[in-house]
Amino acid sequence: MLVEHALLLSALLFVIGSLGVVVRRNAIIVFLCIELQLNAVNLAFTAISRHVGIEGQVFVFFVMTVAAAEAAVGLAVIISIFRHYGTVGVDKFNLLKW
Amino acid sequence: MTDFLASLGYESWILHALVWGPLAGMVHVLAAPKERAKHVAFRWSALLFVLSSGLWWAYDPVGGGFDFVSSASWIPAWGVEYALGLDGISLFMVVLTTFTTPIAILGSFEYVTRRRKAFYALMLLLETGVVGVFLATDLLLFFVFFELTLVPMYFIVGIWGGRRRIYAAVKFFLYTAVGSLLMLLAILYMYFAGSADSFSYDAFLAADLNLREELWLFAAFALAFGIKVPVFPLHTWLPDAHVEAPTPGSVILAAVLLKMGTYGFLRFLLPFFPQAVQHPVVVTVMLVLGVVGIVYAAWVAAVQPDAKKLVAYTSVAHMGFVVVGVFALTVNGLQGGLVVMISHGVSTGALFLLLGMMYERRHTRLVEDFGGIARSAPFFATAFVITALASIGLPGTSGFVGEFLALLGAFETRPAAAVAATTGVVFAAYYMLPMVQRLLFNPSDEPANRRFPDLSRRETVIMAPLVALMIWIGVHPTPFLDRMGPSVDRVLERVEAVSIEATAPVDESVGESVGDFAVVLAPEPEPEPEPLAAEPVVELAETPALLPDVEGD
Amino acid sequence: MFLVESTLRSALAPSSALASALPAAAPQEAAHWEPFLPGLVVLLPLLGFVANGFLALRAARRSSAAVRAGKEWSPIAGSVRPRTHTLPTWIGPGVMAAAFGLAAINFATAWGAHLAEPVIAGPYWTWIATETLRIDAALQLDALSLAMTMVVTGVGFLIHVFSVGYMKDDPGYPRYFAYLNLFVFFMLVLVLGSGYGTMFVGWEGVGLCSYLLIGYWFSDVKKSDAGKKAFIVNRIGDFGFLLAIFLIFQGFGTLDFMPVSAGAAGEFAYGGTMVTAITLLLLLGAVGKSAQVPLHVWLPDAMAGPTPVSALIHAATMVTAGVYMVVRSSALYALAPTSQAVVAGIGVLTAFVAATIAFKQNDIKKVLAYSTVSQLGFMFLAAGVGAYTAAVFHLVTHAFFKALLFLGAGAVIHAMHHAVEHGDEPPAGHGHMDPQDMRNMGGLRKHMPVTWAVMGVATLAIAGIWPFAGFFSKDEIIWYAGAWAGAESNPFGGLYVAYWVLALVTALLTAFYMARLMVMTFHGANRTGPAASHLHEAPRVMIVPLVVLAVLSVLGGWLNVPEALHQTALGLFGAVPAEGLHHWLAPVVHAAEEIQAGAIGEASKSAPIGGGELAWALVSTLAAAAVVIATFRVLGRRSYATAAADPGPQTALGRFLHGKWYFDEAYERTVVQPVLAASRWCWKVVDTRVIDGFVNFTGSFTRVAGWVASVFQTGQVNMYAFVLALGVLLVLGAAVLLP
Repeated sequence: MLVEHALLLSALLFVIGSLGVVVRRNAIIVFLCIELQLNAVNLAFTAISRHVGIEGQVFVFFVMTVAAAEAAVGLAVIISIFRHYGTVGVDKFNLLKW
Repeated sequence: MTDFLASLGYESWILHALVWGPLAGMVHVLAAPKERAKHVAFRWSALLFVLSSGLWWAYDPVGGGFDFVSSASWIPAWGVEYALGLDGISLFMVVLTTFTTPIAILGSFEYVTRRRKAFYALMLLLETGVVGVFLATDLLLFFVFFELTLVPMYFIVGIWGGRRRIYAAVKFFLYTAVGSLLMLLAILYMYFAGSADSFSYDAFLAADLNLREELWLFAAFALAFGIKVPVFPLHTWLPDAHVEAPTPGSVILAAVLLKMGTYGFLRFLLPFFPQAVQHPVVVTVMLVLGVVGIVYAAWVAAVQPDAKKLVAYTSVAHMGFVVVGVFALTVNGLQGGLVVMISHGVSTGALFLLLGMMYERRHTRLVEDFGGIARSAPFFATAFVITALASIGLPGTSGFVGEFLALLGAFETRPAAAVAATTGVVFAAYYMLPMVQRLLFNPSDEPANRRFPDLSRRETVIMAPLVALMIWIGVHPTPFLDRMGPSVDRVLERVEAVSIEATAPVDESVGESVGDFAVVLAPEPEPEPEPLAAEPVVELAETPALLPDVEGD
Repeated sequence: MFLVESTLRSALAPSSALASALPAAAPQEAAHWEPFLPGLVVLLPLLGFVANGFLALRAARRSSAAVRAGKEWSPIAGSVRPRTHTLPTWIGPGVMAAAFGLAAINFATAWGAHLAEPVIAGPYWTWIATETLRIDAALQLDALSLAMTMVVTGVGFLIHVFSVGYMKDDPGYPRYFAYLNLFVFFMLVLVLGSGYGTMFVGWEGVGLCSYLLIGYWFSDVKKSDAGKKAFIVNRIGDFGFLLAIFLIFQGFGTLDFMPVSAGAAGEFAYGGTMVTAITLLLLLGAVGKSAQVPLHVWLPDAMAGPTPVSALIHAATMVTAGVYMVVRSSALYALAPTSQAVVAGIGVLTAFVAATIAFKQNDIKKVLAYSTVSQLGFMFLAAGVGAYTAAVFHLVTHAFFKALLFLGAGAVIHAMHHAVEHGDEPPAGHGHMDPQDMRNMGGLRKHMPVTWAVMGVATLAIAGIWPFAGFFSKDEIIWYAGAWAGAESNPFGGLYVAYWVLALVTALLTAFYMARLMVMTFHGANRTGPAASHLHEAPRVMIVPLVVLAVLSVLGGWLNVPEALHQTALGLFGAVPAEGLHHWLAPVVHAAEEIQAGAIGEASKSAPIGGGELAWALVSTLAAAAVVIATFRVLGRRSYATAAADPGPQTALGRFLHGKWYFDEAYERTVVQPVLAASRWCWKVVDTRVIDGFVNFTGSFTRVAGWVASVFQTGQVNMYAFVLALGVLLVLGAAVLLP
């Protein structure tokens, strides 16, 4: 029973995170939402590892490491963008478009 | 000389040195200070020419097969090898490359002023690519080098070119890429069709293909090489590329890069697809394209207001002679084609250098802006006239030997095409002489033309070897012909032999089946099988197109 | 006894022309003949070219450097004989003198040895060799090539000497001699080469020199245009020559003359397609080089070059190369009666057309140019009717008297030019007076008596008046044309009768237009105006060659006195050996004559309307003399308008002839403009619109497709993420929902 609940929670968190990424304008919020998604996945990993084996929990550590690195780089990018343009609204940027 | 070279172990390292030497030079150029880059590049390329000139003595034409062969495993999983070899055909292409590169570099000393290090690095990279193309005896290696030449040329045109350089560079790149991709497919097909699990030249030669396959593969290869040559109507990238390219780029493009196409004809098309090459439709199409190229390009050249574009079109006409010579499938035709390749490299390269000098002085390429230069720059005019005469094939210059042999060879098997191609000698005068007249002769109305500086010492050093070579080949081409002869024979023997092989087994099987037939029908009257046996053989010899069907049965 | 006699004769031979008339004893001695340095004959002019070329470049560099520095520099200014002129003056004519000396030694020894078989000198090296083809750089010495060498070096030497005076004031002096030397080199390669391959080298080489020398004053658009035109028209002929070479190679597997002429009869059937094709294609080459109709248009324009060049290249030597080639290939032509008829037809037609055009030309050089074309036509006629000796004979005498005419005209132009330059005031009204226009001359005899005299000799020679050179050579041609027409089994007998008539008429026209030239130039009242007082005789360096050529023009005809005239008064009652040249050339044309004798039969002994050779010779010389006298009488009394005042021809026929039958205009309209239009069409439509249009369409199509796709690329990360999520949902949904 616990596993289902945990997975449900994980799915809920992931959806919230996804919606946040899509909907929110503020880069910090978007960034936090991405963290939310990652952690939702972490939760799912941990929950399932109960049945499947230890690998899921090992993966969580990987994800946390990557998330930490990503947080560092991402925040740095956001800060430099803010310094440069004075805003962190993602809708203000379309640098991906050539 | 031969002994001296042998004592150096010349044979064992020369090919590798020629392929990788330019790369070493490139590294040196990049490491050197900006002002020294051109000297470093020139010294490297000159050194490579000196090294390569030993090939003239070291290469032994007897037999005509690959000499200096060496190979090492490169990608063992696919059977790709780093394999180099040199024969009488590639000998001249390699030496032509190493000969023109230092001259082109020397010719760029004044012309290239921006990003010099990058420029000379790219020139040397280009040399690696081109030499590699001419030396590779592994098809994948060949392809890698073939594509490698695209990159430096793209940048040379795109960065140091004229006003429409981006358009020209992209056009050049895309045109060539289209063809070479199809060629890659063809190479892969042959690799998988062959049993040897190898990309080596010999393995491809041994590939067992039926006529239908040969025709398709021929088409793919011919497209790739035909664009490089360029064969009409695939030529429109050439005038743009030439006009926009900086002088040294034009020189290398005309002298060497175009030769990769015709070299491909000789090296790959003819030996790989002997049945397709002898297919009447194929021969007719190629000859017609060659002849149309000769006449059409001459006509278009004649009305060009831009001198550089005019010379670019003459390239198309010259290469038309090569196509006609090669697809005549005669010894004289092939040798003539090869000599035209060399001669065109020298004379058209020289013309581009001369036009470059004019551009450096006047900053215009329009024919009408010049006139009367012969009075103010006699040495320049002399070099120009000799070069122009070599280009239109006056006897005693290199152009004549090649065109004469190519046309003579074509006449032996394809008189109609040869007659049409021979009109090219008239049209050559029709495009070249008016240009010479309007550039060098006529009154010099412009004060700038009256003050037109003559050849500087550096420019004299550039032109002298080119002019000397034009006259040498024109007066005494025998050393050249002797060295290329056996290899050309080999190509031709291969073509002729395979056509016999191809018909022979069929002949046999038909004979056998007819034999069986005869046994079954023994009670029937005797004469029946005779015409049956004779008829298919005759028909097959005439129209190889029937081959696959017969085999299928 | 016989042996002693023959050795004696051979020892005496070089000094005794008598011995040559008896070729019977030839075979023994022929083998012993050793050519004396034949390679050097060819090499010397080349060395001269290199030396003079070097000097020319040096001089040109100095003058251009001065111009660039803002000064005018001329080697002429202030010195009578400028420093740049010294060396070329010695080198140019010097190498020619040496070459002539060597050639003369070879000729004399060969003459003494009764040369029967050609001697191959060399091969010096193998020029082109492949598995099947081999062309050696070798020289073939035989009667024909030695005779041609004598003409080329001899007349060439004289013209070089003349040029020293004529070109004295030209700043390009060394360049001029460089080109002239180079020309002689290529001409010698042409006549001495041992095969069609080597011949072609000389063939195109002389074309090149002709191009360079016509456009020698290249700053003048008209002159450099003329050079270009000559080259291109010649290339049309070379196209035919090349194809003929290919065919010969296919037939014989070699390009050497000896196997070709020896094997021709065995290789080809009489009148066969192959041999007809070869000979017609060779003819195309000859027509181009020798300026025959319809490719004659370049030669009159070629008069733009310096006058000695016109004398050497466009009268005496290069333009006769076509005749030389036909004679050289006589064994092939003899096998192709159709080609022979075409050769003779083109020849006689050219002779006639050019003679009529010469009627109405006022430029003294133009008259001579058309006269040259006309005389070349006679040579072709001779070659076409199988009279190869007559063709060569006329070639030689024509080289003498036409070179003389041109050099004489050169002396006149030289004088006129100086007079115009030094004249106190420009002639009435029109600033510049053309020193070549005969309408501005008249009465020059008073000022230039020597020039007048030698020109007179040449005029009598070309008009065909006994005892001058032209009488014998031209008469022989006309006679052979008639005799050939009457040959037993000539397939085109009637046609040849027409040729014969036309040739007779043309011979009289020649007498007329040459007399007109003399009258307009030297007689009547002077029309030069105030400048006339500056007219003067040419300097000695120019006069001497003129006199030498005049002597040759008188004596040249006695080289080959016809058998029929030999014992008569016209042959000085046998004082001079008969048919000297014929015997000399016999080994060369032997094969052809044998074939002709076999196929066509004996030539007729009388002209088509009766009368023997002697009678017709008398008739023609008397008629020519009558025409000359009548012309002098009639035209001498007429007063000409000066060039400025001349309204031009009044009648339609006059305009037609003055307009040169409108050949140039016709070519302009039917060939030049259409080719140019086609060229432009190819470029503007096919290249730019069709091919590049397709290429660019591919490019723009890709671009448009890319633009359409790029609409979805907003650059908004949110949207990308949304689409990504949507995609994931779709895929997952599909995976779950679909069975």
